[in-house]
Amino acid sequence: MERLLLRGVRIVDVERSEISEPLDILLAEGKIAALGPNLEAPSDTPQKTYKGRVYVSIGWMDMHVHLREPGQEHKETIATGCRAAAAGGFTAVACMPNTDPPIHTRDVVEFIYRRASAEAVDVYPIACVSKERKGRELTEMWDLAQAGAVAFSDDGAPIWHAGLMRRALEYARMLGRAIINHMEEPALSSEGVMHEGAVATRLGLRGIPAEAETVMIARDLELAARTGGHLHVAHLSTARGAELIRRAKAEGIPVTAEVCPHHFTLTDEAVAASGYDTNTKMNPPLRTAEDVEALKQALADGTIDVIATDHAPHAPEEKEVEFIAAPFGIIGLETAWGLIVRELVQPGLLSLLEAVRKITLAPRRILGLPIPRIAVGQMACLTVFDAETPWTFEPRHIRSKSRNTPFLGERLIGRAWAIYNRGRWVENEP
Amino acid sequence: MPTQRTVLTHLHHRHLLGLEEYSAAEIELILDTARHFRQVLERPVKKVPALRDRTIVNLFFEPSTRTRISFELAERRLSADVVSFQAAGSSLSKGETLRDTARNLEAMKIDMVVIRHSASGAPHQLARWTAAQIINAGDGAHEHPTQALLDMYTLRERFGRIQGLRVAIVGDIAHSRVARSNIHGLRKLGASVIVCGPATLLPAGIETLGVEVTTRLEEALEGAQAVIALRLQLERQQAGLLPSLREYHFTYGIRPEHLERYPDLVILHPGPINRGVELADEVADSPQSVILDQVTNGVAVRMAVLYLLAGMPRPEGETGPAQ
Repeated sequence: MERLLLRGVRIVDVERSEISEPLDILLAEGKIAALGPNLEAPSDTPQKTYKGRVYVSIGWMDMHVHLREPGQEHKETIATGCRAAAAGGFTAVACMPNTDPPIHTRDVVEFIYRRASAEAVDVYPIACVSKERKGRELTEMWDLAQAGAVAFSDDGAPIWHAGLMRRALEYARMLGRAIINHMEEPALSSEGVMHEGAVATRLGLRGIPAEAETVMIARDLELAARTGGHLHVAHLSTARGAELIRRAKAEGIPVTAEVCPHHFTLTDEAVAASGYDTNTKMNPPLRTAEDVEALKQALADGTIDVIATDHAPHAPEEKEVEFIAAPFGIIGLETAWGLIVRELVQPGLLSLLEAVRKITLAPRRILGLPIPRIAVGQMACLTVFDAETPWTFEPRHIRSKSRNTPFLGERLIGRAWAIYNRGRWVENEP
Repeated sequence: MPTQRTVLTHLHHRHLLGLEEYSAAEIELILDTARHFRQVLERPVKKVPALRDRTIVNLFFEPSTRTRISFELAERRLSADVVSFQAAGSSLSKGETLRDTARNLEAMKIDMVVIRHSASGAPHQLARWTAAQIINAGDGAHEHPTQALLDMYTLRERFGRIQGLRVAIVGDIAHSRVARSNIHGLRKLGASVIVCGPATLLPAGIETLGVEVTTRLEEALEGAQAVIALRLQLERQQAGLLPSLREYHFTYGIRPEHLERYPDLVILHPGPINRGVELADEVADSPQSVILDQVTNGVAVRMAVLYLLAGMPRPEGETGPAQ
């Protein structure tokens, strides 16, 4: 698209913490050509006129998604994952390395960049900490970083070996990259399939205790303190974990953390209420109401830096099995904003600016990525959205190849209407 | 306490997934109906035509002899058409999803499915995915409602009531579906329940089900009219939950000295028994044991469940609990 004029949008400036009066933005050849009230444009310029409170911010980023390519293309591909991201308002994602082969060598990193080069969404690979994701030997982290790996993680699995974690933090520090750990002590989570507590007991399902997460967070905070390496806590789910991170930040330990929308929205009661729906099975599991409350507070006080979805597509035939046999995980890109507004912005826990910052500035800073700007002459990387439209999440909204979500039929608030990135305009149907 | 109870003529539920969602009145309706069938079973002709033209599939994904035979007998004595199927493991181990199993049942126009599965919740998933009525014959560590019903029937037969009884459940509470169903059923009918086992086999938050909890066997047995000893799966030792079966027997096994100290204590066990582990030999075979009564009552209770779920009314003459 050569030119496009957006009329009547309010600019959410996350760096200056300002929201503008309604303005017009003229986009031309991927750049912001003009910005201001009542812009003039050649009469053949396509226009989008917005009424009501419609915002534009720099493009959103989800720093925790599983795109499944290479190797598990029946669940998702880079192309379908990018479409799901765009439908959710995201112009960028960072994808986890538990593919087949895993993202553990330069050629896989390059493959992902190549496959994503034609998409409207920027895809940043996160490479493995260990070769084959086996938790024994470090990958060639320097070479991977040179190739464009933005962080390191064995996600899907924890970095369970304390010695390897220490070395990973030391090595990644030299490269200016973060280590993202899936916090789960396997000896404690054992064969658990949901949060260990009264609900699991009632349902007769094996529990994953909160301590499976907190024991490893405590370990890694000690290692981050010693090494000075940047520790990023993936998908935090426990109140106690949030408290450990809060204290570590106060001590100056280099730690950041993310939370997923499902962890601040649902509790373990959802497993019971849904009649053992395998779309309530994720890892870490849905926790208790007290955990949900603590995660919201930790978002509000800045202990949790980022909201990320852990978008984890699985095919129907993989999820339509016994609860204990089903894989962990749900898709999350398309529902993220509607849940953020419903659970955090509307109740007043986060301001609109704070919420947008957790999906724009914060993830990019953690990954050391350039921050897009909304100014004349800049490359345009934008998300158009509102924070008030109520809508019901239906199968037609899903762009992912999979539909494993517990939120179908759910009333959400706030829609991402379009993204503009890499010179491409991707718009959602109302 | 003399509470006024509703006397039902029909069940409110389409399925029997667990006793957690059943009301006291429904449970009593089942027990009263079972009493009727218990009498039928004493007759020379034990067969009644109530479920003629109904097709029932017994879907056993986990090995079971006792429960499967008990269900089959109950179904045949109600004149149902019966097909039984036994497979090990999950539906996946035979290469199809549980959802596909459900689709197949749907296509075969099955009226009722009796399902036993090692995965908790499999009956609930099936109930969401087919139009057939589902009867849970034991799912993972979740519920085993017909076992609890026959336990309660046996207790009622012995004591004339459930209300006010104190029942101890001893053993591997964490992995026991029998424990959970009995807790729900007994609590609803007004019994008090104390669960007892080593701390490693007591699941988190079990007290939220309205039971007392102890790790001391004497505390559980003191003042109890009945004890349900649970089968200890031998693999719990390998899983690191127990030091040894020997130690278990000396700490949580019901032994002859307990019979002496509590001569009125009634002993129940869901079977099959690990003799010398949860029950000493002499205990299993003592007059205080009602373990074989449980088996006999199991058929009558399962007939009652099937009969009532088929939409049949409370049998004539069974007007309510004889309390």
